[in-house]
Order: sequence, then structure tokens, then C-alpha cells
Amino acid sequence: MSDSKLLIVEDLHVTYNTPTGLVRAVSGVSFELGHEKLGIVGESGSGKSQTGRAILGLTATGGTVGARRLAFKGTNLLNASERTMRQVRGSGISMIMQDPKYSLNPVMTVGSQIEEALLIHNRTSKRVARERTYEMLRAVKIREPERVYKAYPHEVSGGMGQRIMIAMMMIPEPAIIIADEPTSALDVTVQLQVLAVLDDMISERGMGLIFISHDLNLIASFCDRILIMYDGRVVEECTAAELEQAQHPYTRGLVNCLPRLDGGQDELPVLKRDPSWLTTPGATR
Amino acid sequence: MIDIEGLDVVFGHGKNSFHAVRDVSLRVEKGQSFGLVGESGSGKTTVLRALAGILERVARVSGDMTVAEETLLRHRSQSFRRRVQMVFQDPFGSLHPRHTVDTILSEPARVHKLDRIEQRVVHALEEVGLDASFRFRYPHQISGGQRQRVSVARALITGPEIILLDEPTSALDVSVQAEVLNLLMRLKREHGLTYILVSHNLAVVAHMCESLSVMQNGSVVETMSVQQLREHSSTMPYTQQLLTASLGYDRTAIDAFEEFA
Repeated sequence: MSDSKLLIVEDLHVTYNTPTGLVRAVSGVSFELGHEKLGIVGESGSGKSQTGRAILGLTATGGTVGARRLAFKGTNLLNASERTMRQVRGSGISMIMQDPKYSLNPVMTVGSQIEEALLIHNRTSKRVARERTYEMLRAVKIREPERVYKAYPHEVSGGMGQRIMIAMMMIPEPAIIIADEPTSALDVTVQLQVLAVLDDMISERGMGLIFISHDLNLIASFCDRILIMYDGRVVEECTAAELEQAQHPYTRGLVNCLPRLDGGQDELPVLKRDPSWLTTPGATR
Repeated sequence: MIDIEGLDVVFGHGKNSFHAVRDVSLRVEKGQSFGLVGESGSGKTTVLRALAGILERVARVSGDMTVAEETLLRHRSQSFRRRVQMVFQDPFGSLHPRHTVDTILSEPARVHKLDRIEQRVVHALEEVGLDASFRFRYPHQISGGQRQRVSVARALITGPEIILLDEPTSALDVSVQAEVLNLLMRLKREHGLTYILVSHNLAVVAHMCESLSVMQNGSVVETMSVQQLREHSSTMPYTQQLLTASLGYDRTAIDAFEEFA
């Protein structure tokens, strides 16, 4: 294994045993992550979020995760103990969720939540932690860190809430960030401003990012490399710049069915699903 | 067809009052699609709800609204309610979870005392591309896209002239969005419908509409044709920023973003 690979995922499967039978949420996903921005795009039910959660061992009860290999910097995550996973989560890999309204603790101040993230992983004094929190809030472009530090989550806007989430996830200095639809609940200009904050921090600190989204345009313009998922598989992998020349009919269908600003008012091409997409092996590398 | 002149909507009283819509005027010709674009809290949905007459009681509405030569007063007439229908954003929240599709579709027909209800239900389903087997299913048994088709069918059943669309596809996957947009375009052609489409997605509005108003903080910033939008000939910085943002992530452009308050 070369040092530049932060995460190796080989043949990842997530299955759920439901009363109506076995549901394969993820079937045979493989990829490697280096110091880069990797986008995973797909429609609802494609398994993109399940992939992100499985990496962190956050698959819901009833789900089974299997893989040939699931390694973070040489640590095997597949059969890791809860103790090891607690070490990895936060300081190794951390996750930014979609909606700050639901993923911040409503009864803790913003400042104490961010500090908690640091204090769990590092032995530092409360005073140092507070300084670092202010620093972090300034880094995510929050203008009055002293005021926001004392605020409760309901007192801040959606865009600020998401910056707070980023601050909280960044403070233990993880090597990888998994961002699951981190800005889908935000207005488009705020969304881009939040992404710019994330982008700058990732390139300054040389981290790896897995960016999960349904928004093809956003992923193509934000990420370096893209995995396109359909029904639990990666059907295509390409660099962001190559998306327009994508080969797989599903990817092409997704690109074409978007209404365009400069397009006409003609019928949009509709995606015709081909059953063979479900059986052909995943993207080859 | 639709004429709104100096519309103001205020929620609450005194210190706690909130001026949601400020002096909004717009005109939509028959058979046109008109887009209302803006970020959250810009008042676009409130304009639509004020027109439909479904704002909460606490809202104080002033201004003149005329729809097809009918001046709108505080209460909407039965014929207005038949001729103007609405499709909402969330197909989960806007269909009764314990009513079958058949019940959902026949209710507006019963309210408006229409005849041949069963035929109308089957016909409306056919028009939105669902076969008659959907009649006796419940909303949770069908997909999001199919649910939104049912919402459109419910709007169609009274034979409306105007349909107000409030973010009709923003809860849907892009492949399903394309199908629903195509459906709405076809229905408009076939029935000569007039649409007002509220959306935060500029590309969707550019695809569906002939002209649009950009709203911000309750006011209309700019009204223009979609052609002008495509040619980037907008003069207002707010519109230009919205346009830049909708083109995707561009690190250098973001530093130039301004706060508009």
C-alpha cells in the first residue's frame, strides 16, 4: 500500500434483512481515496449514503457490512472493536451530515459542542480548547466567534449552522472528511460559500474528502474525481472534467435530463433504465 | 389573465410583525408560464398563497389582485377555486396518508359538484401517465414521482385554467424531475393552461417559463424574459450573483459574493 492512499475500500457490501427479504443497499463498491476530493453521486436509494456510513461503522442495526478490504491508513475497519472505531471516528475520519438543525445538539451551546469534539480526542486544558474553538470559528469565516460560541443552535442561521458543523468536524484534525449532502438544505449562494470554506481547509490541511450528493453539477464543479452509483454499485468512475464525455448510459442519462439555463423548452430526455445495468460488473479501473 | 398590483403581506402585529411581501406587482398572460425565483424567505411562496387565498388568518394582505377579470376579495369564489389549482412541493405532505388515490382525486370533483366523477378520476390519472390500477392505492404505496403525478391529477380534475406550482420538483430525483417537467409542459400545451412556477432553481424556471421575477426579502428585484436571463443581460447585481451561483462551484467567483440585505 502506498502512503498516499488514505482509505481503501474493496468490494463493500451492505445488506439489510427485512421482513420482505434481503435488501442489498451496497453491492460490491470499491475505491481508493487519496488527498483529493472524491464525489459520490447517485439518486435516492443508490447506496451512496450507505457507503459513507459503512466506512464509519454507522450502519443501522439490522444491516450487515462485508468487504474484502476496508482499511484506513493501514487500520482494518472491518472487524475493528468499538474502542478502535471510537478512535477513528472524529480524529481519523469524521462526517458532516445534511441538516445542522438535526445534527447539532439543541441544548448545548455551539462553543461547548465544538470543544467537546476536541476534548474527547485530545488531552488539553479547557482554556486551550476554548482558544482553539475561537480559532476554528474564525477559520470557517464566522465573524463574531465570541457571540456564536455562546449561542445555541436555534439562534444561528442554516448556513452558519453548517459552518459550525464543519468547525466541529475539523477540530480533531481528521485525515478524511465524509460529507453527506452537506449543503443540500441551504440556499445556493450560501451553499457555495460553505463549500469554499470546506475546500480551503481541505487543501490547506491536505485532507481527503468524500463528498456525497445527488447534485451532479455541483459535484462536477467541486470534486476532482466522481463515482456514479446506481442500485448499490459504482457504474462509472471518471474525473470531474470528463463527466460530459461519460460512457455509461446511466451517467449520460443523468447529465442529459437536467434542465439547462441555456437550453430550449423542448422535452427533456428521460432516463430509460436498462435492467442490464443491474447485472454488469461495476466500473473497471 | 393574472394581474397583481402592489401586493403587501404582513404577518403578526406591532414589534413582532414581519413584512413578508412588499409592493409586488406582476402580470401573467393567458397560456404563459411565469417564474418566481428567489432564495428561502424571499416571499415567493407567500405571493402564490396570497393569490390562491390560502394564507393563514394572521396574515394581513393588501393590494389588488385580478384573475381572469375577477377581482379577488377577501374570500375566493367557488368558481375561482375551480379555475385556479395548486401543486405543492412535498408529495409526502400534500396527499392524505389514509385516503386512497381514488378518494384524493374524487374529493375536489365532489366539492365542485361535478358529474361523472369516476370517469374524471380515471381520465385524470391517464393524463398524468398512471393507469387505473393506481386508483385504489395509498400514497405510501407509490413512489415520490408517482405521488407528484397524483398531485397534478388532483389539480387537473376540476378543469382549471391556472395552476400554481410551488417547487413542484424540488423533492424529486433529477430523472424523475425531467419526467414531471415534461408532463407539466405537455399538459400546458394540451389544455392551454397558465402557470405560475415558484422555484429556487433557475435552470428549471429557464426551461419552463417565458418570463420571471427575481424576489429578495419580499420585493421583486427584477422582472425579465427568460431570453434576457440566458443572455446574462440582467442589470441587477443580486440576479447576476444568483446566476453565477447556479452555474456551479467556482472558487474565485465565490470570493466576490456580496451579502444582500
